[in-house]
This record gives sequence, C-alpha cells and structure tokens, in this order.
Amino acid sequence: MTLLDFARGPALQWSLIILVAGTLWRLLGALLIRRETDLSQPRSDATVSGGVRTVFSRFVPRKEFHDNAMLAVVLGFVMHIGLAIVVFLFTPHILFFDSVFGVSWPGLPSNLVMAAGVLTVASLVALLVRRWNTPLLKMISSADDYISLLVTLIPVVTGMMAYAHVGGPYQTVLAIHILSVEAMLIWFPFGKLFHAVAWIPSRAQLGATLQRRGVKA
Amino acid sequence: MSDEKTLAERLRERGISRRGFMKFCAATASMMALPPMMIPKIAAALEQAKRPSVIWLSFQECTGCTESLTRSHAPTIEGLIFDHISLDYHHTLQAAAGDAAEHAREAAMKDNWGKYLLVVDGSIPLKDDGVYSTIAGITNLAMLREVAEGAAAIVSVGTCAAFGGLPKADPNPTGAAAVSEIISGKPIVNVPGCPPIPTVITGVLAHFLTFGKLPELDNLNRPKVFYGESIHDRCYRRAFYERGQFAESFDDEGAREGWCLFKLGCKGPVTYNACATTRWNEGTSFPIASGHGCIGCSEPGFWDKGGFYDALSKGTHDSAEGIALAAGVGAAIGVAAAMGARVRQARADNKEDA
Repeated sequence: MTLLDFARGPALQWSLIILVAGTLWRLLGALLIRRETDLSQPRSDATVSGGVRTVFSRFVPRKEFHDNAMLAVVLGFVMHIGLAIVVFLFTPHILFFDSVFGVSWPGLPSNLVMAAGVLTVASLVALLVRRWNTPLLKMISSADDYISLLVTLIPVVTGMMAYAHVGGPYQTVLAIHILSVEAMLIWFPFGKLFHAVAWIPSRAQLGATLQRRGVKA
Repeated sequence: MSDEKTLAERLRERGISRRGFMKFCAATASMMALPPMMIPKIAAALEQAKRPSVIWLSFQECTGCTESLTRSHAPTIEGLIFDHISLDYHHTLQAAAGDAAEHAREAAMKDNWGKYLLVVDGSIPLKDDGVYSTIAGITNLAMLREVAEGAAAIVSVGTCAAFGGLPKADPNPTGAAAVSEIISGKPIVNVPGCPPIPTVITGVLAHFLTFGKLPELDNLNRPKVFYGESIHDRCYRRAFYERGQFAESFDDEGAREGWCLFKLGCKGPVTYNACATTRWNEGTSFPIASGHGCIGCSEPGFWDKGGFYDALSKGTHDSAEGIALAAGVGAAIGVAAAMGARVRQARADNKEDA
C-alpha cells in the first residue's frame, strides 16, 4: 500500500469516523446539559431575539475595541472567506463532498481558487505572527491555539503545492495533503476548530442569557 | 539465433541505404528525447552492434503486450527482429513449438550466457510452489529463475510483469508476483502499461541496443524518458481542468466539447506514462482523446484503487457504515456525558439545599 492509498483509504475512513463521533459527542454533550436557572425575575423573556441578535452582532467588534481588534477581524474574515472558497469551490473537493454526502454544486476555475489559497495562507501566517508578537495574546495562547492554526494552514499549503507540482512527486505531495486534512478532521472535534460547529449555539446561548439579564449584547 | 555480423553489415546485405539508416537513428533519438547531436553516436553504436539474443518469457498474461508490440511503428517489430535483435524464444511469435521451442531457448541461453536480454510479460504465481502456470511442465517461477541467471538485463513488459497487474488484484488467488519481487542482483527495467505503448517497448529495447545499458529509471524502475511526466500534465484537456469545465457524463455537452474527464474518473493526475505525448496507433490517439478517462494502467495496483469511473477525489474505502456507527456511538457518549453532568448538578443542588 502506497502512502496515497493509505491516505485515500483507511486514513480517510478513520478520520471521518473520529470526526463524526467526536463532533456528536461534544455537540450533544454541550447542548443537553442543564441550563442555568434564574435566581431572580428575568428582565426580558425575548430570549430568541436576544440570541439571534448576538449571533450576528459578534461579527464586528464594538467601537471601543476597533483599534486593538480590527486587524485580527479583517485577517479573520479574509482567512475564513478564502478558506471557504478553497474548501468548497475547488472542483476536486466538491467531488469529494459529492462522494460522501451525495450533493454537489458548481466550482470555480482553479486559478481563482489558488488566489483564494494564497490570501488564506497569508492571513493565517499574519495571524500566527501577531499571536507571537502580542505579549498578552502570546501569554494566553495554549497549544490548542497553535495546533488548530497549523492543522488549518498545512492542508492549504500542501494542497497548493500538489496543485503546482512542487515539493516532490505529485502522488507523495497529494498524499501528504490528504493526510494533513485528515489530521485536521481528527483534531476538529477536540480543539478550538470546533468553533466551526459551536459558534452559532454558543453565541445564541450567550445572547439569550444576557437578554434575560437585560444586557444588550 | 545471434550471429557475429554487425548491424551495418546486415543492413547492407538487406539493401538498406545509409540515408534510410540515419532516418531510423533520428527517429530513435527523437523518440527517446535525446538531442540531435546524439544521432551520429546512435548510428555509430548501432553500426557496430552485434544482434543480441532476446529471450521473451510469457507467464500469467493475456498476450496483450505482444499484441501491442507487434503494432509498433518506430521501429517496427519486424525491423527489430530482422535488423536489431535475435528474438530466440517467444511463444506467440516463434514458429517452433513443443520441445523444439524449449530447445531453442536452452540453446540461446547456452550460446549467449551472460549477454542475452530477458523480456518478461505476465506475472509469476508463487502460491503452492507456482503450479498455477507452467510451460512444458516447468513452473513460471523455475523458468524465470533459470533464464534470469544468465541474462545481462531484464525488461518487465506490461503491468503484470512490472507490478503484478491483474493476476495480483485482490484476492490474488495464485499468489501472483512481479519479476522484481523474485529476481535480485540483475538490472531490471519496468515498462508497465496494460498494455504498454508499443513505441515505448521498442524504444527501451533500442536504447539497450544503442548504448548497451538500460535507460535512466524512476523510483519504480520505469524509464524516465517515457514515464517522467503524468498524463494530466501533458493532457491536451488540461486547460479545461484549470477552467473548471468538466464532462459530467459520457454523452453530455461537456463530453462533446472535449472537456476534462476528471469527474468521470480519469486517473491522469496520478498516472505516469507517455500516452498523452507518444499516443497509440502511429501517434493517432490515446484513451482521453477518444473520450474515456485514463484508468492508470501503468501504476502499481491500479485494479484495486477504487472504481475506474469514480473521481480521484473520492475515498477508496466505503465509509457509510462506519460513519453511521460512529454517529451512534458519538451521540450516545454525548448524551451520557450530558446526563452525567445533570446528575452531578442535581447532587450539588441537593447538598446546598441540605
């Protein structure tokens, strides 16, 4: 069995199994725990509108934090949009989703996807450098932050290398690319990458709680 | 049978002009991607070359490789046999049969011990002492070992001889193996393909004749000159891949427009061969040009690498059952964890109340 056979076969199978099991474990484990009970009369019962508002209001930082946070917010947007284009609009990726979920959609020309990949890598590296160079951020960073960032960065870099046929024989680079994606899938439920699933319920829960306390957030 | 006359002498006897000979040398250099300055060297080498003896052993195979070889056009198989090599043993092409054929092989081995070229097509069964394929009562395994011992070099023609091919496909009932898994200590060149391109087979033989050694090989012992680039890299449909234009079925508008066949299972990106450049039938066409994706036949284990019509981006293992089971297990653990937390919270509340 070659490295590519391993990556396309058992490694893919097991990484998907771990991804699904881990995601449902963490998601249900969080959603089904008991909610906090009110210790006083709630100031508002409009928890749904409060929750929905917070889901969207957190996309942009409050004015007070613009100076400190705007760079990270812009880089974050570029990285997320670029990553979404690379992951969901590159035709070979769409065919992979089609094979797993049975649904497909039109892709973008490869050169546009490559451009999005370059922006994604540049913003991820900038975010990594910022994390190192900001003393407070560095202090509160854990291994999870670095691992989550690297398992996102490496698949994009190796994918672009495979596409451009650099860094070794195509099959080897493609195998490394697929294995790096599988490492990301395995890490996904257990690290901070889980925010890709948890961001809506966690923001909504926070918004609902704050709404009951009479705080507009 | 090999003789002492040089190729130049034999060509003069056959009335081949100097011009015709140089034309052949130029074609050979071009085919092997050698610079024009090598043409005189090829001519000089070939003029002095004695006809080497070639023993061709066919084991677990379908004769497709020989069929391919006989359709070679530059040089032609006739040209190879009559002008350049002495094909002393080949089941399909030789006139002799039975004992006479085996005697021809033994005589060729004896007369050219240590100098003859051994060409093998087909895999070799190892299971049960190799009883699944025999020739004149001799197992393929025994014959290969015997003939390989006196060979100057071995050319494994076709994916079966090079990598095991179809006979080795899961569950491999005969224990089929490639030549390189059995023979060591001899130079072995793999010329895989199902079948290999005829020009590639004769090109490798011409290189051996010209330079007296095997061409530069890649990590799978394939000649780099023919297997150095992927089908995808040299495919004339590559531009459609870049633009995201794919045929969705074999009879849709994309197929008629000649768009990329990646979605229909083309294995071109992971297949190294000269099909896209050398092509078949005197440079007429190759599978992709005929509207069918590459099936990756020159790569090891290509029969067991997923469906021919499944896109390369699809996994090779069916994960549906495993994922369904994982979903159940994950959900159960999640619910259990949440319930456990609720019980602990309730206990904590009771303690506070108490």
